[in-house]
Amino acid sequence: MPQPRTLFEKIWDDHVILVNEAGETLLYVGRALLHDSANHAFDQLRQEGRPVRRPGQLLASPDHYVPTLGRARGIANPEYRQQVEALEASSRAAGITHFGLLDPRQGILQVVAPEQGMSLPGLVICGGDSHTGTNGALGCLAFGIGTSEVAHVLATQTIWLRKPKSMRVRVEGRRGFGVAAKDVILALIAKVSAAGGVGHVVEYAGSVVRAMSMEERLTVCNMSIEFGARTGTVAPDETTFRYVEGRPFAPKGAQWEKALRDWRALPSDPDARFDREVALEGGEIAPMVTWGTNPETAVPITARVPDPAGEPDPGKRADMERALKYMALQPGTALAGLPIDRVFIGSCTNSRIEDLRAAADVAGRGKARVSAWVVPGSGLVKRQAEAEGLDRVFRAAGFEWREPSCSACTGSIDSIGPGERCASTINRNFEDRMGRGGRVHLVSPAMAAAAALAGALTDVRTLGENR
Amino acid sequence: MQPFTTLKAVAVPLDEANLDTNQLSPTRFTRRARGPGYEIVLLHQWRFRPDGSENPDFIMNRPAYRPAQIIVGARNFGCGSSREMAVWALSACGFRALIAPSYGDLFYNNCFKNGVLPVVLPEAVCTDLRGQLHAKPGAEIAVDLPNQAVTGPDGKGHAFEVQAFPKHCLLNGLDDIGITLQHEQAIAAFETRYRAAKSWLF
Repeated sequence: MPQPRTLFEKIWDDHVILVNEAGETLLYVGRALLHDSANHAFDQLRQEGRPVRRPGQLLASPDHYVPTLGRARGIANPEYRQQVEALEASSRAAGITHFGLLDPRQGILQVVAPEQGMSLPGLVICGGDSHTGTNGALGCLAFGIGTSEVAHVLATQTIWLRKPKSMRVRVEGRRGFGVAAKDVILALIAKVSAAGGVGHVVEYAGSVVRAMSMEERLTVCNMSIEFGARTGTVAPDETTFRYVEGRPFAPKGAQWEKALRDWRALPSDPDARFDREVALEGGEIAPMVTWGTNPETAVPITARVPDPAGEPDPGKRADMERALKYMALQPGTALAGLPIDRVFIGSCTNSRIEDLRAAADVAGRGKARVSAWVVPGSGLVKRQAEAEGLDRVFRAAGFEWREPSCSACTGSIDSIGPGERCASTINRNFEDRMGRGGRVHLVSPAMAAAAALAGALTDVRTLGENR
Repeated sequence: MQPFTTLKAVAVPLDEANLDTNQLSPTRFTRRARGPGYEIVLLHQWRFRPDGSENPDFIMNRPAYRPAQIIVGARNFGCGSSREMAVWALSACGFRALIAPSYGDLFYNNCFKNGVLPVVLPEAVCTDLRGQLHAKPGAEIAVDLPNQAVTGPDGKGHAFEVQAFPKHCLLNGLDDIGITLQHEQAIAAFETRYRAAKSWLF
């Protein structure tokens, strides 16, 4: 009997070229994703006179520095324009598939790669964005890597890694009404802490995850890095195969049949052992919101801002005090009802069509009392949303409908102002993340839309079911 | 890449846990080309006031800590974004070694690729070292990579673990791509097998 293996071990074994005497593995990279920060890596290759080894296995699209309004007029900021143009020029010169500014397929890479069928089960995928792990939802091993490592992948199509440990997160039971995939992952991070997954590849499992759509799984895997995990995965199943089939770069015909046979063998063997197991009861998860400057500060929307005085560890107490000062919050304040200045719906966490449907479902019941932006994750998501009339729902409710980009999530091409409090569907509530001095509360798309209508953080469940 | 062997230098304590790469290298500098003047990037929002002048209250700006080449940090140092600029910024300011109980994974790997040694020591040891550095500004710490040992200002020694391959590369200042391409035959043979096994990818 062969040793039972996890999904992660099967994909890992399939990509091992060699293990050196120091125990480091040279791993083959099936696909790599390049965004508009890859230019530092292309520069390095040019300086060293090295060619791109396998351009056919790469995908490039600008997302960080792309404007969300009036892009037909080009990019006004010369620094951003230079980065976006450089990515296109480098991609074209090397023969890399590139979706440019005016291509309807352009968008946030973590949205575009699954949408195009570029991210496939069973592959090792690397990308220069730290949220590359999003793609693991398809049953692949997707890692975010640094700029030098991007240069290494461009030149060699390989990466050196020490084999991470494995961790299984089981979410059993059923999600309650108004509880989104975002709430599941925020609840997990709050439970295990922002460093709770360091050194591990996580497999999300259990009935709640099995019942999730592919887009919900992408949201969950997106935030694996927010508790320090190397990446997150979900075993491929019929939901995965239905999602992938027919996408532009997905295998076709006899190759599709062969791929399916390979992919059906990927899920972890029943007796496979994980280095760590974590369990979460789906029915106990409420809509979540963060109060501090790290995703581990997520609490149910029904909670109050915690009091540092109750924290015995002096280091943690100092962290809490600093976070409360930055967020301008008093201990004991109820989070529901906390007035906000802005709402942001978008980012690689929550900018797919199902996210926009969930937000529109709430937005359609009122009028935004604060500035609220909706930024679709790709040109094709935007087109689909418009075909369904979601843009009209948002506009009628006073939300701004914008063009695909990372937008204010990175606080560069767009940003929020100092001291502004924003209910946001992004993945990081760090200090200055969405703009210098900006205060970010992480929430799901429906919770963000509800906050826009109330002008305050709101328990979306109190709005009741629509229609 | 500049090799790292041993270093005895002033160390500065940073007490904040979860010090993320957005703080180490703020987003508005990520497009900046690496070169002269890059040192303004590091912890910019902490080291400088909104008008661009230095913040004299921030610990790194105090005279005794200015020559520091070592940082003693807290848990989950360098968490968050993959931006390698966080390490570039540290390196531009002359930092060659870090000591902390744990690091963000991506940041940890990026350190080795840029000649910066990230040492992991137990939380209690890091807290104690930071306490000594606060009590005696300008105190020195010694880091010995070949022998994998740190000596604190009090003369007490602490052994640390580091993986053999990154250690070898750091000791010899070896560039990753060059090392990998020495395995060209193995890579090419693997690719042939891979293309046949995963024909649906090509």
